[in-house]
Amino acid sequence: MQHREHIAGIIFWGATALSAGVTLAVLGFMVILSLPIIKNDMILEVLTGPWSPDHGLFGILPMIVGTLCIALLSLVVSFPVSLGCSIFIEIIRPDKPGRFLKKFVKLMTAVPTVIYGFVGVFLLVPQVRGFVSHGSGMCILSASLMLGLVISPTMILFFSQSFARVPKTYLNAVDALGGTQFQKLIYLLLPQAWPGILTGIILAFGRAMGDTLIALMISGNSVVLPTSPLDSARTLTAHIAMIIAADFDSIEFKTIFVCGGILYLMTSFGIFLARFSAGKQN
Amino acid sequence: MKKITVTKWVILIAIFMITAVICSASELDSFTGEKGVLRISGGTAHIPVMKEAARRIMIFNPDIQITIAGGGSGAGIKQVGEGLVNIGNSGRQATESEVSRYGLVMYKWAIDGVAAVVNPGNPVKKLSGKQLQDIFAGTILNWKALGGEDRGINIYTRDESSGTRAVFWKKALNKGIISGKANFIVSNGAMKSAITNDPYAIGYVSVGYIDKTVCPVRVDNVAPDLDTVKNGEYKVARGLYSNTRGDASGLAKKFIDYLLSPAGQGIAAEKGFIPVD
Repeated sequence: MQHREHIAGIIFWGATALSAGVTLAVLGFMVILSLPIIKNDMILEVLTGPWSPDHGLFGILPMIVGTLCIALLSLVVSFPVSLGCSIFIEIIRPDKPGRFLKKFVKLMTAVPTVIYGFVGVFLLVPQVRGFVSHGSGMCILSASLMLGLVISPTMILFFSQSFARVPKTYLNAVDALGGTQFQKLIYLLLPQAWPGILTGIILAFGRAMGDTLIALMISGNSVVLPTSPLDSARTLTAHIAMIIAADFDSIEFKTIFVCGGILYLMTSFGIFLARFSAGKQN
Repeated sequence: MKKITVTKWVILIAIFMITAVICSASELDSFTGEKGVLRISGGTAHIPVMKEAARRIMIFNPDIQITIAGGGSGAGIKQVGEGLVNIGNSGRQATESEVSRYGLVMYKWAIDGVAAVVNPGNPVKKLSGKQLQDIFAGTILNWKALGGEDRGINIYTRDESSGTRAVFWKKALNKGIISGKANFIVSNGAMKSAITNDPYAIGYVSVGYIDKTVCPVRVDNVAPDLDTVKNGEYKVARGLYSNTRGDASGLAKKFIDYLLSPAGQGIAAEKGFIPVD
């Protein structure tokens, strides 16, 4: 019996080590393939410069900024909506309407992003263009709105899960003290569910940064530093997708591994930051 | 036993008759008995012709499978060079380094113009060469300056892999700057739908792609169409090439021969390109 448990232990350890190892190996792979750039002392230039291959400039700063802007704005757009949605599902109407909404949200997770991309191109972009009467409508704002829709199911499901985990006895205690729904939400549910909410935000942010198609189809992909949400911008992922289609061994191609590495580090950094602050909270 | 033989004969005769009818009307003979997969990728201007040729060949002989992908001229050349596809299309000549590196052989089967296009609703339908360059460089920013509405000009350009971009940049923009604010589009088809959807857009597409959803711009009073490209009046033109690594062989050779046959050249003309003679 003990022997068998020992074997199970080894298997689980192995699985853990393997998945952690692969994750780290990906980072190693990115670094090794970026070596030509690092060795030629181009790394600073690549990280801080503009992108203009015709003039020998291979900076990816505009793409880094574009990625952050689109991902952050999409979080800003979808966080309040997702929070409201999950409160509706778990607290306000946990009966039929809530259950229906939850099923619907689960369905949304299964819709491929390219569909959202299509909807964005043909419905949202002309609306934005008409509404702001500036530019082509292919801009950070359009991409963020659409991306917000893509990442909201992740958040809604995580939020409502963590609301559901708040012990019933606590809720009853608030009711017994004569607390209102609003007080219950602010003083009990949100603090209790905070770690789960944070996890949902992190995952959604990661998804927003990693998404390629929405940005590629809607944000316009221009290569200058964006100065407003109505400017067209290119994300790191869209940049990688565009360069990899064109090339196999130019300098442009080598810089996309730097893009990959940066993307990896940015996501990891976000996760560490959130874990750290969550740890402090507890 | 006898019954089966009769049926067999009937089927055989029927097949002969059908093939005879098809053959008499086409140059597809050489594909008889062939089977296998032919992979094509690269230039997006080529796609309408590739699709039609592939459709006819695959109807004639269902044992042949032809796959067609885009990616742009640069991708086509690289992919055929690396052996990922059998035919790599390009809307520009392969550079010397590309040819020597991969041992590419180019087959030019049509001539195509690249035209600046605007939305059909745009009143600006004529530009000088200088104005066109200024628009793309980002020095003319508003349609009002050109007699249009008081709205910013939305520039659409193609990615670095595009042969259409290479030709337009070289011959229409005189290798001038393309504004960094330009939106990037990844194929001729996507360019056309972007221009169709944006009333304040300017971009450029292969002349073969022009239909009533986009409006070609007269540059220096020359309208970009088949006639002006043919007689050399409209200068922004290029050959459409299909490239193979080494001399074309097998299915790839037959496919390229078909493109160069009267039937293939007919398809090219039908899709809005100028056949080579």
